[in-house]
Amino acid sequence: MNSNVSEAIALLPPNEPVHLLDPDGTYHEDPEHPLDLDEAQLRELYRLMVVTRKVDREAINLQRQGQLGVYASCMGQEAAQVASAYALKTEDWIFPSYRELGAALVRNVDAVGLLQLYRGTWLSDHNPYEHNFALMAIPIGTQALHATGFAMGARFDDNPLVSMVYFGDGGTSEGDPHEAMTFAGVFKSPVVFFVQNNQYAISVPLDRQTAAPTLAHKAIGYGIPGYRCDGNDVLATYAVTRRAVERARSGEGPAFIEALTYRMEAHTTSDDPTRYRTQEELDEAAKTDPIARMRNFLTQRDLYDDALENEIEQQAKDTATTVRAGIYDAPHGDPMELFDHVYVDPTGYFEGQRELLAAELEGGDA
Amino acid sequence: MATTMGQAINAALMDAMEADPKVLMFGEDVGQLGGVFRVTDGLQAKFGDKRCFDTPLAESGIMGTAIGLAMYGWRPIAEMQFDGFSYPAFEQIVSHLAKMPNRSRGTVKLPVTVRIPYGGGIGAVEHHSESPEAYWAHTAGLKVMTPGTPEDGYSMMREAIRSDDPVIFLEPKRRYWMKSDADLPIETEPAHKAVVRREGTDVTLIAYGPMVRTAMETAEAAEDEGISVEVLDLRSLSPLDTPTMIECLKRTGRAIVIHEAAMTLGMGAEVATRLQERAFYHLEAPVLRVTGFDTPYPPAKLEEFWLPDVDRILDAIERSLSY
Ligand SMILES: Cc1ncc(C[n+]2csc(CCOP(=O)(O)OP(=O)(O)O)c2C)c(N)n1
Repeated sequence: MNSNVSEAIALLPPNEPVHLLDPDGTYHEDPEHPLDLDEAQLRELYRLMVVTRKVDREAINLQRQGQLGVYASCMGQEAAQVASAYALKTEDWIFPSYRELGAALVRNVDAVGLLQLYRGTWLSDHNPYEHNFALMAIPIGTQALHATGFAMGARFDDNPLVSMVYFGDGGTSEGDPHEAMTFAGVFKSPVVFFVQNNQYAISVPLDRQTAAPTLAHKAIGYGIPGYRCDGNDVLATYAVTRRAVERARSGEGPAFIEALTYRMEAHTTSDDPTRYRTQEELDEAAKTDPIARMRNFLTQRDLYDDALENEIEQQAKDTATTVRAGIYDAPHGDPMELFDHVYVDPTGYFEGQRELLAAELEGGDA
Repeated sequence: MATTMGQAINAALMDAMEADPKVLMFGEDVGQLGGVFRVTDGLQAKFGDKRCFDTPLAESGIMGTAIGLAMYGWRPIAEMQFDGFSYPAFEQIVSHLAKMPNRSRGTVKLPVTVRIPYGGGIGAVEHHSESPEAYWAHTAGLKVMTPGTPEDGYSMMREAIRSDDPVIFLEPKRRYWMKSDADLPIETEPAHKAVVRREGTDVTLIAYGPMVRTAMETAEAAEDEGISVEVLDLRSLSPLDTPTMIECLKRTGRAIVIHEAAMTLGMGAEVATRLQERAFYHLEAPVLRVTGFDTPYPPAKLEEFWLPDVDRILDAIERSLSY
């Protein structure tokens, strides 16, 4: 066989996505993906998913009460987000889209701050350098290039960090992720492209995004291995991501992961999904719920009991309450701040405009 | 020894990379080849292929990775090979390079310099002669500079690289071969200051980039006809130096804005508006514009009919003086 062909075959995704946990919690051992998590970590993954779901629900409620302008829920995608982010070291960087509440909570990014974008008080409210968590990116797929440039920069600096970028199935149709994969392949940058294939881009289903056999197949055109995992299986997602991350860290280059999942909520709170999908489809998807599955697994291993349940429930509730209070109390922002961060050196800008607004705020004439 | 504008910019890149090990230079053909205009000549040989390197042929990729590199802490200089090929990078420039620092409340700094050879007059094929400055100058968060002399080619490039704000650095490609006897390194006025290149009392020509030279030639021709023409070189298109523009207007009472870019919603519209808003009573005549036509840039054999030149500017001077 021609060596280019065998190289390409080595990059191909497996026929079946990696899957370790059945919906009833049955665990299948896979020698290629050994479970290197201790009991505390297994519980931690579960806890993070439960808290994510609770805060996510709270955000939807806050939107309904007029406290947020809009919100993009991650319900159903908790395992994909929590497990992938958990597979990173804290020095590694995360470049999220707008749906990554779960990944943010793994990084201890304050949810109240994160939601300010949706509240509309400012465009972000956390310092990316404190959490190694970039600002949410709304233009689809654009952040893939930032993650790649960051990873290139780390390598130029002999810094062994990895960057991970999240985008959706729709995002794989945009140009930027493809340019990012081209660069990452050529420069062997330590970046992991993590795609949550939640089956929809707003209303448009996967088969309108691609004629490729799977999304993971796209990677091989860039010399990047494509991996696939059951994204509602927190253990499989963790194992696959962990391998890709450590491979990237050791200098073997970028990786692409397609995590198969399902968006249980509307695209955002402004969306009406009844126009494009059925209740039967939702009911079917609900059977693959990532949280119930992990709870079943923990129960079978005697790692789950009432005490733990109460503790986690209480914590989730407390976090949600804090978020609720934080959002209700959040100041609406200072209009004069509009001019403060546009330029590091604003010499020559905003002549008269700043004064105009200041005068308007005073209630006087400009 | 005479230095051309291209060599002056090259020297500025060299000296900036020497001065700051965080400065990176990358783009298409900028490494071994030294750039299609040789403006990056010798950088890879001197600093190695980690600091000056060729990228894949993908402008959005160049821009987006520049942003990621800057987030990490590098000080990237990214080249768009030609004006007409900066458009694939438009989204990264407008949605992220310009906005991310503001979005982050200043916690993310993007000290990126985007070098773009621009403008016509070299008989190039389509897409190689565009003047896209208004797109960038319209975008809050970007600074836009364009040198009109070799001295400014050096000094403003150094300033752009030092700037903690993103800078679109527009290089007037037909002036790459323009010569000066100035010794480098040289430090000229800060870029946000417009500079009077020639004093005059009857009318002010306001120009930038490639049109500074054309304005100077016009001023000389007008002198033969007994008209005293002042030439103001804007240098920075964002921010615009309104106070200096007004000072000029107070002296001459007449202003004509000149640029290669098409007229409608070009820089001339902004300059004229600022003058009438803030110096209305000093105007002896309407602010006139001499610009490219509102058509796509023409094919090479027709560009001389399209580009503003001495004759067309002299006509405008006559019209201005007739008020
Ligand atoms: C460049 C761009 N085009 C269009 C949009 C509007 N838009 C927002 S989300 C979205 C769908 C994205 O789908 P996908 O990438 O699958 O991610 P998901 O929302 O499912 O997480 C669209 C079209 C956008 N934000 N950016």
